[in-house]
Amino acid sequence: MNEKGTKKKKIVISDKVWLLISLLAALLVWYLLSIGEATGRSFPFADKVVPSVKTMIDRGAFWKDIASSMTCVGIGFGLGFVTALPVAFLMAWYLPIQKIIEPWINFIRNIPALAYAPLLVITFGVGQKPAVILIWICTFMTMSITIYQGIKNIDVTLIKAARVLGANDFDIFLKIICPATVPFIITAIRLGLGAALTTLLAAESTGAQAGIGMRIRSLSNSFESAPMLMYIILLGIIGLVLLKIVDMIERKLTGWQEKIN
Amino acid sequence: MAREDKLVKLKIDNVYKEYEGRNGKMVALNGVNLDIAENEFICVVGPSGCGKSTLLNIIAGLLEPTSGAVYLDGKQIEGTGVERGVVFQQYALFPWRTVIKNVMFGLEMKKVPKDQTEQIARKYIKAVGLEGFENSYPKELSGGMKQRVAIARAYAANPEVLLLDEPFGALDAQTRVQLQTELLNTWEQEKKTCFFITHDVDEAIILAQRVIIMSARPGRIKKIVNIDIPYPRTQETKSHPRFLELKAEIWNEVYQEFLAVRK
Ligand SMILES: Nc1ncnc2c1ncn2[C@@H]1O[C@H](COP(=O)(O)OP(=O)(O)O)[C@@H](O)[C@H]1O
Ligand SMILES: [Mg+2]
Repeated sequence: MNEKGTKKKKIVISDKVWLLISLLAALLVWYLLSIGEATGRSFPFADKVVPSVKTMIDRGAFWKDIASSMTCVGIGFGLGFVTALPVAFLMAWYLPIQKIIEPWINFIRNIPALAYAPLLVITFGVGQKPAVILIWICTFMTMSITIYQGIKNIDVTLIKAARVLGANDFDIFLKIICPATVPFIITAIRLGLGAALTTLLAAESTGAQAGIGMRIRSLSNSFESAPMLMYIILLGIIGLVLLKIVDMIERKLTGWQEKIN
Repeated sequence: MAREDKLVKLKIDNVYKEYEGRNGKMVALNGVNLDIAENEFICVVGPSGCGKSTLLNIIAGLLEPTSGAVYLDGKQIEGTGVERGVVFQQYALFPWRTVIKNVMFGLEMKKVPKDQTEQIARKYIKAVGLEGFENSYPKELSGGMKQRVAIARAYAANPEVLLLDEPFGALDAQTRVQLQTELLNTWEQEKKTCFFITHDVDEAIILAQRVIIMSARPGRIKKIVNIDIPYPRTQETKSHPRFLELKAEIWNEVYQEFLAVRK
């Protein structure tokens, strides 16, 4: 017991140490890039990048950009999720629906969002609306396919086992399919959030007034690499935080799952 | 044994089953007839692919026969029913449910009041020797423990017939022997009709009153052997001279079928 306890602790510490080493190495690479003659222009070091947060706050852009982007991501992803869930179940339940819809999704999924963003602007005008719709489309496709494949992969023996114990179709849906799908839903959320963030730039190319993606674009026009890099790093941090939240939810909901180490 | 005077619990009447395969139709069961008495312990042996699982699934109501029928207490079965419990080789525990919640599942489906469900579940968990593991998740259990939970879950739903499809096939030899002994004890207490599939001849003789030998594709009943060794049977029974005789007889029959499959 005791031995096991200390062993576990050791692993946790070494993981953290590794993270620290990784971080320091990244800083070193960053520093080397910043002193290079050519690369230094694109990669100013932290001493220039960090203060640019204040610069952007003073310009009244920083918080507005974050709020605008998070609104787009939040609404787009939310819409993507609530539509992907029923569509995934319908595809798993009714063969014709799957046969018709799945090829569409697989076709559109391979097209970069940036390519059809202008089409949305023609219909929905400029601003947040087309941005939200673009994120909705991208997150919907990723999540519906992931959840659908998850439902398809449910172990049929579990359904048989429930059936012989007296479960009807409704019981099987509620007590077997739903809990068995939770891990796939969480995977879908993770992929969906990734899709939302990567689509953000394309989404905010639709004439947004503010936003992280829009700001990166406009800063690049004025060659302000320090705040630009700050925004890029910010995008990474937001992604990391969102994934951490998903990890936490996952641990709560799917602790029962067998893990392959 | 005067089985003739006993009630026929389960009647398998000329069951024929074919599957649609890639190369056309494939006959899995070719006219199976069998009467199983109330409280009887039947073991089915036969080479892999001879249709044992198909037959069990038909009795369970998970598959429909192409023709023929199965009767329970004289009534033709249609679909699954709680009177017929099943234990699968792959345990089929619900991984998101704890041991006790797994065992409670059948009772929940029956809408048994919650306080009673828990009491019944605890009783069967105790019966399979898993006291103290009520709140563990399946992933925390060994294969033998998982199968114990599956057996407790099947028993808790109070079926009249228990169908077991190679339930100990994935377990190591020691655990298997242990679970055989436990299953025999439970059967002697609860006297439920058992239909048990195995590929292990020793296991079949130790457990069964009658051993059904199935022939290779298409599956038919080749021979029925009465196991006239009195209960209670233990592992010592395996050195009983009668046991050895029966083993030689059954093994020989199964081996012929095995060779037929190889051809
Ligand atoms: N769903 C199915 N579709 C087509 N063929 C099947 C199906 N299930 C089983 N079979 C075939 O039927 C035969 C009997 O299978 P099964 O009942 O599983 O045998 P056993 O349990 O004795 O090994 C095998 O040849 C198998 O390939
Ligand atoms: Mg089988």
